[in-house]
Amino acid sequence: MKLWELTAHQLAAAICRGETSAAEATEAYLERIQAVEGQIEAYLTITADLAREQARQVDARLSRGEQVGPLAGVPMALKDILCTEGVRTTAASRMLENFVPPYDATATARLRASGAVLLGKTNLDEFAMGSSVENSAYKQTYNPWDTSRVPGGSSGGSAAAVAAGEAAFSLGTETGGSIRHPASFCGIVGLKPTYGLVSRYGLVHFASSLDQIGPMTRDVRDCALVLQAIAGHDPLDSTTYQGQLPDYLAGLEEGVEGLRLGVAREYFGEGLDPRVGEAVRRAIGDLERQGAVVEEVSLPHSPYALAVYYTINPSEASSNLARYDGIGYGHRTAEATDLEELYRRSRSEGFGDEVIRRIMIGTYALSSGYYDAYYLKAQKVRTLIKRDFDQAFSQYDAIIGPVTPTVAFRVGEMEDPLAMYLSDIYLAPVNLAGIPAVSVPCGFVDGLPVGLQIIGPALSEARLLRIARAYERSHDYVRLPQLEVKDNG
Amino acid sequence: MKLSKEEIEHLAWLARLELNEEQAGRLAGQISRILDYVEQMNQLDTSDVPPTFHTLPELSNVFRDDIPDRSLSREKALQSAPARHQGYILVPKVRGGEPQ
Repeated sequence: MKLWELTAHQLAAAICRGETSAAEATEAYLERIQAVEGQIEAYLTITADLAREQARQVDARLSRGEQVGPLAGVPMALKDILCTEGVRTTAASRMLENFVPPYDATATARLRASGAVLLGKTNLDEFAMGSSVENSAYKQTYNPWDTSRVPGGSSGGSAAAVAAGEAAFSLGTETGGSIRHPASFCGIVGLKPTYGLVSRYGLVHFASSLDQIGPMTRDVRDCALVLQAIAGHDPLDSTTYQGQLPDYLAGLEEGVEGLRLGVAREYFGEGLDPRVGEAVRRAIGDLERQGAVVEEVSLPHSPYALAVYYTINPSEASSNLARYDGIGYGHRTAEATDLEELYRRSRSEGFGDEVIRRIMIGTYALSSGYYDAYYLKAQKVRTLIKRDFDQAFSQYDAIIGPVTPTVAFRVGEMEDPLAMYLSDIYLAPVNLAGIPAVSVPCGFVDGLPVGLQIIGPALSEARLLRIARAYERSHDYVRLPQLEVKDNG
Repeated sequence: MKLSKEEIEHLAWLARLELNEEQAGRLAGQISRILDYVEQMNQLDTSDVPPTFHTLPELSNVFRDDIPDRSLSREKALQSAPARHQGYILVPKVRGGEPQ
C-alpha cells in the first residue's frame, strides 16, 4: 500500500510509531499530485516548500521525543476560502487574485497546531457560490470517478483532492450544502457541523447566518478526528458555541441498535433519480438490519426550503460582499477618475456572473419596500422549516435520506442557474435550521458515487458519526478511483 | 415579477456595479425567473410566525470586556492594499472628476 492510500488516522498512527515520517508522507503526496493533478485540477495553489518545512518540523519534534498533535505529519488541503497566513487566498475570484492574508483562520490555526501539513489550497465556485466549480474564475476541477463530470460544489476541489489521493483530508465550507454535495459526488465523507460549532473567523464571508466549516475525509473516523481538531469556542467568533463538547472518537463503534431513524418522505419525491433512491433505500435497510428502528417521517415545509434559501443567501451575500470596494484589499480597477467609479469598476471587473447575480438579487430583496416581502418573509418560513425538524427530532434520533437527487452531472450540462440551484433541494433545509448532517458513501450508479445523508438535532455530531460509521463498516466500497498515472520518470 | 431594464440599472447602482447592455438584459431575465421561484413562499401564512435570524436561540447578545488584545501591525494590515503611500491607502479624489 502506498502512503497516500492510507486514511488520515492510519497515516498519523504510522508516523507516530516511527514506521514512516512526515517528510516521507509529504513527498508521497507531492508525487501523487504531480502524477494526477493534470487530470483533476483540484488545487489553485500548491505549497510544496511550506509542506516540506512543516513536515521537517514534525519529524524534528518526534525525533526529540516531544509531544505532537493528533494529525502530526498528515498532509491536508484547505478550501481556498479559508485564510492562510502568508499563503494566497482567492475564494476562486479575480477579486482576491493577489490577496495574501495577514492572519490564519481559526480552523487553519487549529489544524496547524494539530500537526497537519498544508499541501495547498483547493478550487471552488467563486466565493462558494455554486454546485459544480464551474463558477471558479480560474479553472474547472474534474470528478476523479469520471473526469468528464463535475466534482460537485462548491467545495469541489477539496472533495476531488481527497478522492483522488491528492490530500489525506480537507476542510470544506457550507452555506447551503457545499460540503455534502461534492462529498456525495466524489464518494467521500463530508460533515456539515451545527452552526456555531466551528469558528468562522478567517473564513471569507458569504452568508453569515448559514456559513459553517467542516471536514471532508476518506472515512468516518477521519471525519471525527478532524472535527475534534477544529470544533469549539473561539473568542474571535462570537457566534461559536461555548459549552462542553464530547469526544467525537469515543462512541464511534457503538452501532445503531435501538436508535430511531426517520426517513424523510419529502426527500424521495419527484426529481430524485430512482436509482439513487434505490441505493439510499438499500443503505437504510442495512441500518434497520443492524437494529435501528426505521419509520417514515414528514418535513412538510421542505419544498419551500430552496425559495427561502435563495432569498436569505443572496441577501446576506450582497451585504457581506459590499466590503470589496477596491480600497483596503482585493482588485482595484486601473481606470477610475473618482471614488464612485473606482467602486463600480473594481467590483464589476473583480466579480464573476454568479456573484453579480446574487448581489443583484440580494440588493433587490433588501431594498426599501421589498424587505418585508422577501427577506423578512423568508426568515419567517425559515422558522417553519426549523419547526419541522424540531418536531421530527422529538420522535427520532436522526433523519435519513439522499444527499442529492442525481449522481455527478457532466461539465457544462446545467446551463440554467435556477436548475443548478435545485440540486441543493435536500441540503438547504439543514443549513436553514442550523443543524448538522453528514454525507457518507452508499454505493454507485453507473460507476458514480451515491451519498447517504444523516441529519441530526443541534450538537448531535457524535451520534451522526456513529450512525455513519455503523453503515460504513458493514460495506467495503472501493474508496479510491482508478486514475491513469502520468509517469514522470 | 418581471424586472425592467431601469430597475436592473437602479439595482446595479445601489450595489455599486457597472453592467454592460448585454449583461443587464441577461440578468433581467434570470433574476425575474429566480424571484418568481422564491415567491412560492407567499403560499404560506406566516402572520403568527416569528422570524429566525439565526439558529442558536441561547445566543442573543454576546458581550465581552473591552480589553485591548493583540492586533495587526500597520504594515501587515496595509500589505494587501492595492495602492499605498507612506503608511496610508491611496484613493482617487472623493469629489470631482479630475484624476489624482
